[in-house]
Amino acid sequence: MSTKGKVKGIISNLVTIGVDGPVSQNEICYISLGDEKLMAEVLKVAGDNVYAQVFESTRGLKVGNVVEFAGHMLEVTLGPGLLSRNYDGLQNDLDKLTGVFLKRGEYNYPLDTEKLWQFKPLVQVGDQVEAATWIGEVDENHQPHKIMVPFNMEGVYTVKSIVKAGDYKILDNIAIVTDSEGNEYPLTMVQKWPVKQPINIHVSKPRPFKLLETGVRTIDTANPIVEGGTGFIPGPFGTGKTVLQHAISKQAEADIVIIAACGERANEVVEIFVEFPELEDPHTGRKLMERTIIIANTSNMPVASREASVYTAMTIAEYYRAMGLKVLLMADSTSRWAQALREMSNRMEELPGQDAFPMDLSAIISAFYSRAGFVYLKNKTTGSITFIGTVSPAGGNLKEPVTEGTKKAARCFYALEQARADRKRYPAVNPIDSYSKYIEYPEFEDYIKTKIEGDWIGKVNQMKTILQRGKEVQEQINILGDDGVPVDYHVTFWKSEVIDFVILQQDAFDKIDSVTPLERQEFMLDLVMSICNNEYAFDSFLEVMDYFKKVINACKQMNYSEFRSEKFEKYVAEVKAIIDEKKK
Amino acid sequence: MATKAFQKIYTKIDQITKATCSLKATGISNEELATINGKLAQVVKIMGEDITLQVFGGTEGIPTNAEVIFLGKTPSLKVSDQLAGRFFNAFGDPIDGGPAIEGEEIEIGGPSVNPVRRKQPSELIATGIAGIDLNNTLVSGQKIPFFADPDQPYNQVMANVALRAEADKIILGGMGLTNDDYLYFKNVFNNAGVLDRIVSFMNTTENPPVERLLIPDMALTAAEYFAVEKNQKVLVLLTDMTSYADALAIVSNRMDQIPSKDSMPGSLYSDLAKIYEKAVQFPAGGSITIIAVTTLSGGDITHAIPDNTGYITEGQLFLRRDSDIGKVIVDPFRSLSRLKQLVAGKKTREDHPQVMNAAVRLYADAANAKTKLENGFDLTNYDERTLSFAKDYADQLLAIDVNIDTTKMLDLTWGLFAEHFKPEEVNIKQELVEKYWK
Ligand SMILES: Nc1ncnc2c1ncn2[C@@H]1O[C@H](COP(=O)(O)OP(=O)(O)O)[C@@H](O)[C@H]1O
Ligand SMILES: [Mg+2]
Repeated sequence: MSTKGKVKGIISNLVTIGVDGPVSQNEICYISLGDEKLMAEVLKVAGDNVYAQVFESTRGLKVGNVVEFAGHMLEVTLGPGLLSRNYDGLQNDLDKLTGVFLKRGEYNYPLDTEKLWQFKPLVQVGDQVEAATWIGEVDENHQPHKIMVPFNMEGVYTVKSIVKAGDYKILDNIAIVTDSEGNEYPLTMVQKWPVKQPINIHVSKPRPFKLLETGVRTIDTANPIVEGGTGFIPGPFGTGKTVLQHAISKQAEADIVIIAACGERANEVVEIFVEFPELEDPHTGRKLMERTIIIANTSNMPVASREASVYTAMTIAEYYRAMGLKVLLMADSTSRWAQALREMSNRMEELPGQDAFPMDLSAIISAFYSRAGFVYLKNKTTGSITFIGTVSPAGGNLKEPVTEGTKKAARCFYALEQARADRKRYPAVNPIDSYSKYIEYPEFEDYIKTKIEGDWIGKVNQMKTILQRGKEVQEQINILGDDGVPVDYHVTFWKSEVIDFVILQQDAFDKIDSVTPLERQEFMLDLVMSICNNEYAFDSFLEVMDYFKKVINACKQMNYSEFRSEKFEKYVAEVKAIIDEKKK
Repeated sequence: MATKAFQKIYTKIDQITKATCSLKATGISNEELATINGKLAQVVKIMGEDITLQVFGGTEGIPTNAEVIFLGKTPSLKVSDQLAGRFFNAFGDPIDGGPAIEGEEIEIGGPSVNPVRRKQPSELIATGIAGIDLNNTLVSGQKIPFFADPDQPYNQVMANVALRAEADKIILGGMGLTNDDYLYFKNVFNNAGVLDRIVSFMNTTENPPVERLLIPDMALTAAEYFAVEKNQKVLVLLTDMTSYADALAIVSNRMDQIPSKDSMPGSLYSDLAKIYEKAVQFPAGGSITIIAVTTLSGGDITHAIPDNTGYITEGQLFLRRDSDIGKVIVDPFRSLSRLKQLVAGKKTREDHPQVMNAAVRLYADAANAKTKLENGFDLTNYDERTLSFAKDYADQLLAIDVNIDTTKMLDLTWGLFAEHFKPEEVNIKQELVEKYWK
């Protein structure tokens, strides 16, 4: 018999419940209100009182309303058919909901139980299997979706029977396995998993080292992220967090892309709904939507499921990683999730930490980021979850708990800067403050040598040095005046401007400029560095600016032209001619 | 409101603060309305038999033996076509001397639109103001505030925008509006002969501040009626949302909630988002566009109210006095329309995005030159040119008194480019330069 309870108190979406039996922390319960049932999650137990956060509006709730406990934590349903779906934070399929407006208490099954899948067995009768063993495979949008022994089955099992290749529904029995005592366990293509627990079925998690190409120059060239890496994008509003994340999710070389729209604008999700079914994956040529899952819990949707949404997304990511796939997970914005935690913590009158956030915020963030990573699976194959979160610091001040907590957890830092955004220098990633720890890994250096010939990292570091020098010189010019510094200083400054305009700045809305494949990035960095490595003869600082503006203009025209096209080559020649004019 | 026979009357209040009253009662629903000696109040906290109510009219003069009657419903509005042309208070009662509205009674603060049912906004709203149309193009279904210091003419600009926007209905939600501004809006709409398209919900500085909390939801409930039931294009004007947020702070501080930044409640982001996210393009053609005002204190946009707003809305229009030309301009640096790319260059001429960015970049160069000048350095010839460009650009395009169409704006900007610069200095695609350079 499941535990029952009654509502005793209500403050906004925090409900106090008196219970008649055992309840576990984070257990799900349903509060009856007329013919609606409102889902809630236990946050705290104190004697007979249970505190639960309701995933819905609590309007109309009364003392005495009946509560039924579900006996499990918040969990997601995992199986074929997750791809291309649009879920809310609790994994309700938004497309299955009726009506233009969301209806309170309307929940649904996240997968299609009627669809037939072409199942191919991967094990035979008598085989030994354990949690996460691939026992079969179906084709999901042209990707091999592995059917696995449920992750919660401990120990070793023997395959007693497995169906022949053919068409099956997800809830059909496809295999029976037995444990050492001969107990039988029928398996379907579906399993459930509690979202707040990491799925740990891999054998090891080495340091990630393989470049994850994003087509964004300020990332790939300057501060690369890797398969299984973590990164975060903090920035005041309007500096380009969402545009940058959307660009990465469109272009990155990943098998699966999961986007958690966490407490941000609904219209930004609509943009994905509209674009992704039309746009092509630049790596496979198939429609982007085929590899994408969207978890939309926008700012006007219930606050508690905002927190759930990032965990739902991460759990689905872990599920696909266990199939040996390259998963890219994006969350926009993790600050909204932290704020949801803050709202609840305040209502529960917990001792507040800095800025009224919960005391353990930093630990919660770290635990979440640590679920990403590059792993070796038991069958020696690899899988990865690359996680990039945005952070929306209050007042744009990076010295606030969410940014600081995330900085400890994430290995790449893409700091968006108001001043750059104001000047339309997009993407507004500050090239000097931002970093990628991965570029320092020897494993990465070895790996990148297999992709790009020559001393790539040397060139990148040289580029960064020039940017740094350029910034210093600019500060000196600001203090001493244009003619208060040698002409050379102006040359250094303008070389850094060439790097900024040609490599770092990238128009996310231009069809060609928006995506730069690695080969093209290599070409452009070579060209720009050769420009920077030249010595030039100028008589006065006045010539310097005019000259480099011409260089920048010609290079920018290249960025807008198809790589290696006639037009492109024409501008290459033009750049060379301009260089020869003044080269010493 | 008349008392119904079965209603239980309570007459013992245990606790009174500036904005709330607490008493013992049973069978009460969360968010239910009550009257306390005739003053409207709403349940905000239930703990067993202890009920806390937020009193909209303020608690001044409420005695411990006040008569408390629970109404068994949450705040609501009667909706029908009769709303058009009418003026209401925060409770949705007429203040124009006209008759009560007949229509279906709808709970305000209703559910959100399912994101997959939204349509992507795509209809340009032309205002004639280049600081908006050229640099920060507005789109139906957008939500965007003016960020302005209290001495800026934001209500005037907003009224102009509203009149030029070609909306089927304009819904004005006034919060802490001065009586003069209220009369200003009434006059402008009257003179333009559009009163029959206006619905107003008013809370002026003469009304109690907590009542303001109802205004946005009232206005948006009316907006949803016209946009959903009648497929109309509805423009909602909310002025001033800073007064709204201040009222939120009053209530939450009275309820002993731990304030976060700037004494604002920790839920400020969610509270504001629930309002602004009502802006939507419905699939059947109706839309709700929200243009709001968030007054700043000394131009500080890092304060929690503008900061949270900026994270929610689809951009902001920043008004600033430009001392060089002695006019108010739409500041191109701090202003942004996040939906502009849905229409710029698509519904407007192809060169729009590039021209807009190039002009702002050159304007930024002028700002640098100005700093140089202020620091006492010599200016280069380029610096001089950016400065004279900036002056023309501000005067002919950024000033709020401009009223021309977008093509004219683009032509004007190309003209300024040619007057002050060489083609390679503007960084625009070659094809466009060849076609439009004057
Ligand atoms: N790479 C880019 N290229 C061109 N415009 C950009 C770029 N990044 C951002 N923008 C502009 O900045 C606006 C705000 O970007 P957005 O990503 O929504 O900001 P945030 O998520 O940080 O609030 C966009 O609507 C767009 O106009
Ligand atoms: Mg964003």
